[in-house]
Amino acid sequence: MRVHLTRRYLFAASHRLHSDSLSEEENRATYGKCNNPHGHGHNYFVEITVSGPVDAQTGMVCNLADLDGWVRENVIGRYDHQDLNHLPEFANTVPTTENLCVEIYRILHRGFKKAHLDRVRIEETMMNSFEYSGENPALR
Amino acid sequence: MSSLVYLTRKAEFSSSHLYHNPAFSAEENKRVFGKCNNPHGHGHNYVLEVTVKGEVDATTGFVVDLKQLKDLMHKEVLDALDHRFLNKEIPEFFTLIPTTENIAIVCWQRLAPKLTAARLHRVRVYETPDLFADFYGEA
Repeated sequence: MRVHLTRRYLFAASHRLHSDSLSEEENRATYGKCNNPHGHGHNYFVEITVSGPVDAQTGMVCNLADLDGWVRENVIGRYDHQDLNHLPEFANTVPTTENLCVEIYRILHRGFKKAHLDRVRIEETMMNSFEYSGENPALR
Repeated sequence: MSSLVYLTRKAEFSSSHLYHNPAFSAEENKRVFGKCNNPHGHGHNYVLEVTVKGEVDATTGFVVDLKQLKDLMHKEVLDALDHRFLNKEIPEFFTLIPTTENIAIVCWQRLAPKLTAARLHRVRVYETPDLFADFYGEA
């Protein structure tokens, strides 16, 4: 029987929303306070959902120690206490939480092989959240 | 116009459990299950979310009578699991390891056959605020 397992993680990072293809005025108009040249930060909560059959020997979709270890090394370790704009994946991409969501999905999709990746969901603040499911049908 | 609406009811139960597979050696149990293998068990405040779906009834405006759903959740799940040691007191977990995944499946199996007023859509079980399992009745 297929079960979907969601684990929630936290990291803190700074970013600045700014597009080189827009003028200074357009950037200010588009991104508002998020265009502050000195940047600003958030506590990002990331929810990672994986799925699969429940293993009869362990009762698990995926051993949490494996998921936690992999995510801490490859996701949290990469982003926690960093300035997102200085990371190569955001050299030419605005580090909005939409783009961050897609990037974290790609990292997991490429490297984490112990369960099927369903979705990445990020809360940028208590008021905003973003989800990316790749080619998977959206979960309710 | 279709008026399919999803309704979720939440409840809490507190139980203890441990992860142990008698087919594994002691070392293997420790390696696979880590701290969760402590033979004396440990506990959680579990949060159960039951989502049902259905058309909105034209007379009552309900998908389901919440009182009925609440009573069913109590009778089939909460009264049985709350303040219990899952491995020792709940028949399903005499043989099944009471992981969050399996608890979600067992809650579904206890509720689905008794739920007549609406269709069960999802059972979500939170073990902690940072970990939950969803079961949609998928094979």
